[in-house]
Amino acid sequence: MTDTPAPRHIPDRLDKPLSSAIFSWEALLVAIAVLIFAVNSFASPYFLDPWSLSDLTFNFTEKGLIALAMALLIISGEIDLSVAAIVALASTMMGMAVQAGAGTPVLVAIGIAVGLGCGAFNGLLVTRLGLPSIVVTIGTMSLFRGIAFIILGDQAYKGYPESFAFFGQGYVWWVFSFELALFLVAALIYWFVLHRTSFGRRVFAIGNNPVACQFSGVRVDRIKFILFSLTGLMSGIASVLITSRLGSTRPSIAQGYELEAITMVVLGGVSILGGAGSIPGVVLAAFIMGLVTFGLGLLNVPGIVMSIFIGLLLIIVIALPIVWRRLREGRFA
Amino acid sequence: MKNFLKYREIWLLAGIVALIGLISTRFPGFADPANLRQVFNDTSILMILALGQMAVILTRSIDLSMASNLCFTGMVVAMLNAAHPAIPIPVLIVVALLVGLVLGAINGFLVWRLNIPSIVVTLGTLTIYRGATFVVSGGAWVNADQMSPDFINFQRAAFLGLPMLSWIAIIVIALFFLVMTRTQIGRSIYAIGVNPTASVYAGIDVGRTKFIVFCISGMIGGLAGYLWISRYVIASVEVANGYELNIIAACVIGGISIAGGIGSVGGAVLGALFLGIISNALPVINISPFWQMAISGSAIILAVVLNARGERRQGRIILRKAEAA
Repeated sequence: MTDTPAPRHIPDRLDKPLSSAIFSWEALLVAIAVLIFAVNSFASPYFLDPWSLSDLTFNFTEKGLIALAMALLIISGEIDLSVAAIVALASTMMGMAVQAGAGTPVLVAIGIAVGLGCGAFNGLLVTRLGLPSIVVTIGTMSLFRGIAFIILGDQAYKGYPESFAFFGQGYVWWVFSFELALFLVAALIYWFVLHRTSFGRRVFAIGNNPVACQFSGVRVDRIKFILFSLTGLMSGIASVLITSRLGSTRPSIAQGYELEAITMVVLGGVSILGGAGSIPGVVLAAFIMGLVTFGLGLLNVPGIVMSIFIGLLLIIVIALPIVWRRLREGRFA
Repeated sequence: MKNFLKYREIWLLAGIVALIGLISTRFPGFADPANLRQVFNDTSILMILALGQMAVILTRSIDLSMASNLCFTGMVVAMLNAAHPAIPIPVLIVVALLVGLVLGAINGFLVWRLNIPSIVVTLGTLTIYRGATFVVSGGAWVNADQMSPDFINFQRAAFLGLPMLSWIAIIVIALFFLVMTRTQIGRSIYAIGVNPTASVYAGIDVGRTKFIVFCISGMIGGLAGYLWISRYVIASVEVANGYELNIIAACVIGGISIAGGIGSVGGAVLGALFLGIISNALPVINISPFWQMAISGSAIILAVVLNARGERRQGRIILRKAEAA
């Protein structure tokens, strides 16, 4: 009791042995990506063309943008099923603005603002009223897309200005599309926020133990509100890209994107129970899903059959480490 | 606790009566018994699906693959009927139950043996089962003229003034009521939802019970598959696309807690009826059907807000005070 321990140097992060890096989730994803890439280039002569590969990226950039924010949300122990409906509502609002004669900057602002507003609405319901997010966002999903249906019915908005087409169809440099550039920049920002800031540490902490966080002085509700707003914001941005790429708005736009974005997040190694995950994993998962769907597309495999591969990929990639661990422990039933 | 549950359902029932009353002011014929019977019949499939989903949600799990299961099983049964019209309908129903059971058992196995969260498993099988529908059918539809008259008319046959479909729903409701309140498995399902750890100490095999629950929801999905196809007389890959969320919505409106352990057969049935009444009422009171989605969305949010008031767990008082300060 009398001797006080000498102050010790506590490292910021632990030294990771090389073996843990090799057997990490990201390494598994890289291996899968390389495998699919190789299979694709053997299977189709059109695959290894810069423009083909550039087209490939359009398969995942929009969903990937949503998945980045969704990753943080799921790590914090919440979920947002309304993202695709937010895309639809934001797109509908942009369509209304076009009918009123709005220019490109106004359209972008409206798309992003509607997304942010919807996300904040989810966040308010979850944090202020203490409701389970999975149910709240099933409700807002019907509500947001329902509003789009009320406004549009079976009609479609067209006539977006030509300059608006850049976001979804333009190229920054050579084969690098604006969408891809935006996705990579956003991935970098999200990586920094999640893995290099105290905010990111808090997101992990909340996912692991929200009650302990509350007692430790972390403003759990405020951070969750910010995360819901961010997810809405990213959905708004995705809406601008999709609307620009398609050049029209129907209320059924982006149907099913929520499940694909969540699949990306889970495939990327984020625990659906919260508290664990990484942005590089999510980015890799986005690429893998793009590779799978595009490669199969080149082989004339119908979209619905591709979804079998995506579903199998999701379950197998999640199950593989579990089966592997059990086999090593020799207690696989 | 039991009184409390009854209390909630009575409120839901009162809400439904008020809704019917409100609709009657615009369309007097709506509250007519014949029309209400029609609404009940229209909602039958959603009701039995909601019951299957309820069993899953009570164990703190979720089954997102029910609509895809419905689509796949419906297609299998329809193709079987188109190829061999002589197979009697009861046999087809058994086939539907078995196919659904297999699909549910796959979900259950992955949840039980591999400990993968049910939301991940069923998110995967949601796309796999629907994709499999495309594979078995080759993308083709099975149309009304390929189905045998028995196949189509079985559920429409009147018995004691109600169509067979309504009777099937009533039987399923009665079975669920018996199983959930009067059997060991039913009580185990509730126990797991309320406290999984305590359930283990009480000798309940949590994993196995979840497996059984997924088998139940799978069988329900399969049964609904036959009923759906024979009702709308078309089998395609698009059948019931996105319907899994309607099923969950019915459960949520019915007061079934997504956190598990809270909910009742009556709640699930009333929740489904609520959605059924809205979808039946909109056309007759001249509101565009495009409003339906937004209205059910609002109903879900309202239901969650109301449910949450009842569910607020006791305890953690220090934290409550800290939050208030």
